[in-house]
Amino acid sequence: MTHSSAWKQALLPGAVLAILLLIGLPLLNTLGFLSDYYLNLFGKYLALAILALGMDLIWGYAGILSLGQAIFFGFGAYAMGMYLMLASSGQGVYGERIPDFMVWNRVTTLPFFWKPFQYFPVALILALAIPAVAACIFGVLTFRRRVSGTYFAILTQAMAFATWLMCNRNEMNLGGTNGLTDFKSLFGFSLHTPSTLRVLYLVTALFLVGSFIVCKWLVGSKMGLVLTAMRDQEQRLRFLGYPIAHYKIFIFALAAMLAGLSGALYAPQVGIITPSQIGVLPSLEVVVWVATGGRGTLIGALLGAVGINAARSLLTARYPEWWPIILGGLFVGVVILFPDGLVGIPKQLRQRIRRARTQLFERPASGSVPSPSGRGLG
Amino acid sequence: MEKQGSIIYLEDITVSFDGFQVLRGVDFYVDRGELRALIGPNGAGKTTLLDAICGKVKPATGRIIFGEKTDLTTLEEHEITMLGIGRKFQTPSVFKNLTLVENLTLALHQPRGVWSTLFGSVGTAQMDKIAPTLETLGLLDKAYHKAGSLAHGEMQWLEIGMVIVQEPALFLLDEPVAGMTKDERERTGQLLQRLAQDHAVLVVEHDMDFVRQTAHRVTVLHEGSVLCEGSVDMVQRDPRVVEVYLGRGHKVDAHDAKS
Repeated sequence: MTHSSAWKQALLPGAVLAILLLIGLPLLNTLGFLSDYYLNLFGKYLALAILALGMDLIWGYAGILSLGQAIFFGFGAYAMGMYLMLASSGQGVYGERIPDFMVWNRVTTLPFFWKPFQYFPVALILALAIPAVAACIFGVLTFRRRVSGTYFAILTQAMAFATWLMCNRNEMNLGGTNGLTDFKSLFGFSLHTPSTLRVLYLVTALFLVGSFIVCKWLVGSKMGLVLTAMRDQEQRLRFLGYPIAHYKIFIFALAAMLAGLSGALYAPQVGIITPSQIGVLPSLEVVVWVATGGRGTLIGALLGAVGINAARSLLTARYPEWWPIILGGLFVGVVILFPDGLVGIPKQLRQRIRRARTQLFERPASGSVPSPSGRGLG
Repeated sequence: MEKQGSIIYLEDITVSFDGFQVLRGVDFYVDRGELRALIGPNGAGKTTLLDAICGKVKPATGRIIFGEKTDLTTLEEHEITMLGIGRKFQTPSVFKNLTLVENLTLALHQPRGVWSTLFGSVGTAQMDKIAPTLETLGLLDKAYHKAGSLAHGEMQWLEIGMVIVQEPALFLLDEPVAGMTKDERERTGQLLQRLAQDHAVLVVEHDMDFVRQTAHRVTVLHEGSVLCEGSVDMVQRDPRVVEVYLGRGHKVDAHDAKS
């Protein structure tokens, strides 16, 4: 397929998504069928869907399992959170120009690394750049040494844990265990009014549609071809002359940037960012979203992210203790029963029906049992 | 030994795996425009020699000089490939989930960097370069089939095709006719002879008929060392070669040479 046809492949589903999310849902909201509360909830889901898109790029298409994507999400969320805290400064409980938690930690002047985040453009750029640079550094240290597969996954999990530990420390001046919270306003608009949240929803939906189109274009282009080949037979690609480490670093940094964008959009809509959203468990959840939706399809990542988070909102309201069990059960179920995720269910059903039909109508049985299709995870 | 005109020269190459020496101080060279066959019993180190050239294994001692003076032992696999060395592996290693066109597009001689790939295309410009190769291999009608659906012989050809479109200066072909029918072997032999007119071709093979049909010279490897080198006839009559393959009194022929 040509360069231009990769664009066409991306623009059509992108347009459908755009209509659904940028016109459909807001329309329902305006007409009163969708409450402001649910629209805001959906805005959060869409922010997380961007995180899932990045995960699908590296795992579904490039075959890199990262158990630490929440780190990059956290960098983006904290970057935006720091801007929001400084924007609200002077309005805190103590009326000081530095965030409240610093006051009660007896920090009297704003730490130097907070200063750039006074400016929105800087905060936004850093929300994307810090994850990307961190991913590049991590990638150079691992991919160039041919660390891959399980070992790479374990390293990312260790990084997630370490980052979580660091962000919990009060000495880091990032709010410690409580994180950054009590965001008051964005550009003078209160973050608690429905109209601001509606705009945030639209901005998030716009970025999601844009990210989806970019990702869809990427996987349909030559880069997508190289990444799939790398996933399936890395050695062969290496002996065709491709610098494998460079490609892995590139896609890992891109996914990290998407994760940072996701965090930056998530923080103002939720109003808080804490270390508990940075560590091991949130990182594992991203994997479950993509696996359940169907990896290597992009749409599956969106469905998984929105679906599971919606399910969580629904179920934790009524059965909070059951949620971890449900989540774990979902993961096990996907691995055993639906390796291609939700998106792959129609194909699985068609294959089952076809197999049952041939076994039923071809007697005597041919003797050889067809092996089940299905990709393992890993 | 005359080294000018040689495209690749291995000097005192030793490769050990866990203390066992697979290649022992091997001196070996291939001339430009030569079709060399590398034969020997199993375990002689033939595949390891190819692995050492393309960087899959690092030799413990020695240098591998490619072209004028580039030492391959200091380079990574993809750098070695980009210098102009194309490898076909023993077991067909094509991308089974991709189509033939996609396989060949990946192998095309063009920049391999991330930025070049981002702005590269997969379309008619590439097809113009791929189609002639597909036609030579007789695979044009299967251009858009998945590589995994090919028969074994066709898959071998696809992989040879992938090396051809890389436009390397040196071809490393590991058992290119394994599992092929007699007709397929003949066609492959003719293809290799055509390639050898402009490139250097190093073939590892067991099939002596094929070797006799195609090779200019033969190198016999045994237990990690070069046993004998020369024309096919000379090598076949060499008593050391005969002994190594079978024991005394037999002539090495097509059937005996199989593993």
